[in-house]
Amino acid sequence: MARIPIIKVGSALIATVDEDLTDDDALEFQERLNAAIERTGAAGVLIDVTLVETIDSFLGRLLHEIAVGARLLGATTVVAGIQPPVAMTLVELGLQLDGVKTALTAERGLAMLAAPSRANRAR
Amino acid sequence: MLDERVLTISGEADIVTARQAARQFAAALGFNAMDQSRITTAVSELARNVVRYATNSHGVVHVRETEAGGRIGIEIVVADEGPGIADTEQAMRRGFSSGNGLGLGLSGTGRLMDEMDMKSAPGEGTCVTIRKWRR
Ligand SMILES: Nc1ncnc2c1ncn2[C@@H]1O[C@H](COP(=O)(O)OP(=O)(O)OP(=O)(O)O)[C@@H](O)[C@H]1O
Ligand SMILES: [Mg+2]
Repeated sequence: MARIPIIKVGSALIATVDEDLTDDDALEFQERLNAAIERTGAAGVLIDVTLVETIDSFLGRLLHEIAVGARLLGATTVVAGIQPPVAMTLVELGLQLDGVKTALTAERGLAMLAAPSRANRAR
Repeated sequence: MLDERVLTISGEADIVTARQAARQFAAALGFNAMDQSRITTAVSELARNVVRYATNSHGVVHVRETEAGGRIGIEIVVADEGPGIADTEQAMRRGFSSGNGLGLGLSGTGRLMDEMDMKSAPGEGTCVTIRKWRR
């Protein structure tokens, strides 16, 4: 069974998703991520999918659910590194990741997560 | 000799096996990264339908090379002996799901592939054939 490590860096959680997940792996990741958000009070979640070669309707919908769930727990989610063929395939499949913030790279995703907290501190 | 691979689906883990096999096969046939992604995703959708809807999650996947009019293609047949589908047109409509799915699996597969053909009847299982031609 694949384990997706979730690490805390500053106020953000970072998870790097494996190349090819089973549905159960993905569901287990969702549960563990929610628990980690609650436990740490993280303000941001970066899900790095650079290695992921296939996002089908199941995983696409789950990423959306994860983002919505994290929002309810007070955290912003950014999905980073969706490969261009994967993004195109999602569009053709008919799946819009509406409401899910995306970034080209993990680095940019982290910058997106850092930006609002900086703005908050300024206030 | 045209090549072929046959895989059995008997549970959720086989969705991964089926899409990996499809990707390898498509890459070996010279499909580009974009088409590899389309083909792999289509297989993932069909394999998941077998796991969700077929009796005992049981089915068979054939991945083979095909040829027509001098073109090389990939042909994938996903078949099960499950309950079947009474109204295949309705099942292939975007947004239709008998369960709590998004109803994107079959309609999306049709958009991702060049050809799709579904044979199904109540009590007689379901057989979906999809093809993509190499550009
Ligand atoms: N192999 C099958 N055996 C029996 N019924 C099937 C099979 N495949 C699909 N169906 C039926 O066709 C419907 C549409 O399938 P489709 O894959 O498009 O959507 P879904 O599986 O309900 O949702 P999604 O794939 O978006 O998660 C299903 O809800 C189911 O009723
Ligand atoms: Mg489906």
